[in-house]
Amino acid sequence: MKANRNNLPAMLLILALLMLWQLGAMQINAAYILPSPIQILYKLWEQRIPLLTVHLPATMLVCAVGMAISLGLGLVLAAAMDGSPLCRKALYPVVVASQTIPTTAIAPLFVLWFGYGIWSKVLVTILITFFPIAITVYDGLQSAHVEMSELLLTYGATKRDIFLKIKVPCALPYFFSALKMAIPMSVIGAAIGEWLGAQSGLGYFSRRMMTQLDGAGVFAPVVLMSVVAMLAVGLVGLIERRVVKWRGES
Amino acid sequence: MNVLEFQKVSFRYAGENSDIIDHLNFSVEPGAFHCLIGVSGCGKSTIFRMINGLLKPNQGEILVNGVPIGAQKQYCGYMPQKDLLFPWRTVGENLALPLEIRGGLSKRERRERVEEALRDVGLEGCADKMPAELSGGMRQRAAFARTILTGSDLLLLDEPFSALDFLTRVSMQEWLHQQWRRSGRTILFITHDVEEALFLSTSVLAVTETPIRTLREIPVPLERERSRRDLTRPELIELRESMLDALKRQVRT
Repeated sequence: MKANRNNLPAMLLILALLMLWQLGAMQINAAYILPSPIQILYKLWEQRIPLLTVHLPATMLVCAVGMAISLGLGLVLAAAMDGSPLCRKALYPVVVASQTIPTTAIAPLFVLWFGYGIWSKVLVTILITFFPIAITVYDGLQSAHVEMSELLLTYGATKRDIFLKIKVPCALPYFFSALKMAIPMSVIGAAIGEWLGAQSGLGYFSRRMMTQLDGAGVFAPVVLMSVVAMLAVGLVGLIERRVVKWRGES
Repeated sequence: MNVLEFQKVSFRYAGENSDIIDHLNFSVEPGAFHCLIGVSGCGKSTIFRMINGLLKPNQGEILVNGVPIGAQKQYCGYMPQKDLLFPWRTVGENLALPLEIRGGLSKRERRERVEEALRDVGLEGCADKMPAELSGGMRQRAAFARTILTGSDLLLLDEPFSALDFLTRVSMQEWLHQQWRRSGRTILFITHDVEEALFLSTSVLAVTETPIRTLREIPVPLERERSRRDLTRPELIELRESMLDALKRQVRT
């Protein structure tokens, strides 16, 4: 109830903007340039079967595979950089540099290399999402309190004890933040990949509608992507509240 | 045999151009309660950090129960100023930390030891609570129980009550003294509160110079069984004033 009341100003603003959009679109009256929200919702309903049974699963598969690889890669990199100063010196600049690559510009190359299948899109997703995971989790591992580690050292703790009993719990809230950042980015990554070349997926659907000058058709999958990303972030938030009960305490 | 012995121990922090501890000799007999008193930054905590192995002396040897500390593990229980209860573990899981690290006990055995330690410090039934649910005094008692569970007879307590409010601090001092009388462990306790030092110690070890070359031992003329009222005796008031004067002189220099 309290949360609902807190969300009220945002809801009202969104509603006002949607109404403004609706009015503007009705005024312009050119759906291929600016479709109205109602037209988009109508298109979403009209295309629900192909969108939900073919294109959404295709995009979700890319996101899931991309996120799984990103998580694996990000966590290993974070642990390596935390564990060894040499690894940190070698990897940190490379990880940061990887973010300066204009992914959208080189993504067509991935299509050339990996074809129209899933892997070109997965690569775009990984490139976009592994950075926030690696860097944020690394920061989390580094945030572990020196005094706590020292206390365990006086008990005769090994490096492994300190990693498992202090660093991992300290990094957990950071991990969830990283996940919440990375999920929407993974959807964007998948969509970019699909725009550039695919046989199915929400990005592909959107592009196909573009060629048919169907404005509402371009928007409909975008709405779907936002909803899915919001739901996934909400789910992670729920899990986080169950797992991390100590956020903000030291 | 002495529980703790410093043999010509010297220490210098990297980047400093003089020693903070200089050829220090001192020893602690079993069952003693010594308060280490001195002004801030005089090197009291450095002594503790060398005993618990977090710092290595540049020279000399530290022996616990006659054996160099380099050759031992879990020979002392260290309790820092902050309680450092891990907020992601329950109180019981926090207490189990030294047992987990030492290994060799099943989960059930650890749980039994933890329950027993909690009973000893008057926190029965708190094993499944989170640290945030405990008051400041309860947290310190839990931290003390965790220190006890290291299993060592030498306890190093580094200003454990300094963050507590006055009344809680007073009752914790009385509680700690009672724990010590009952257990017969050896306690070294850092403080810069003269009254706290007099109430708790069998004798006070005062740091009167930096670098630390000697610790001045000041016996406290009180029985093991004592109450706070004893501190109002004329000889204790005089002792307190002379200790305060000595410490104040050091602040000025």
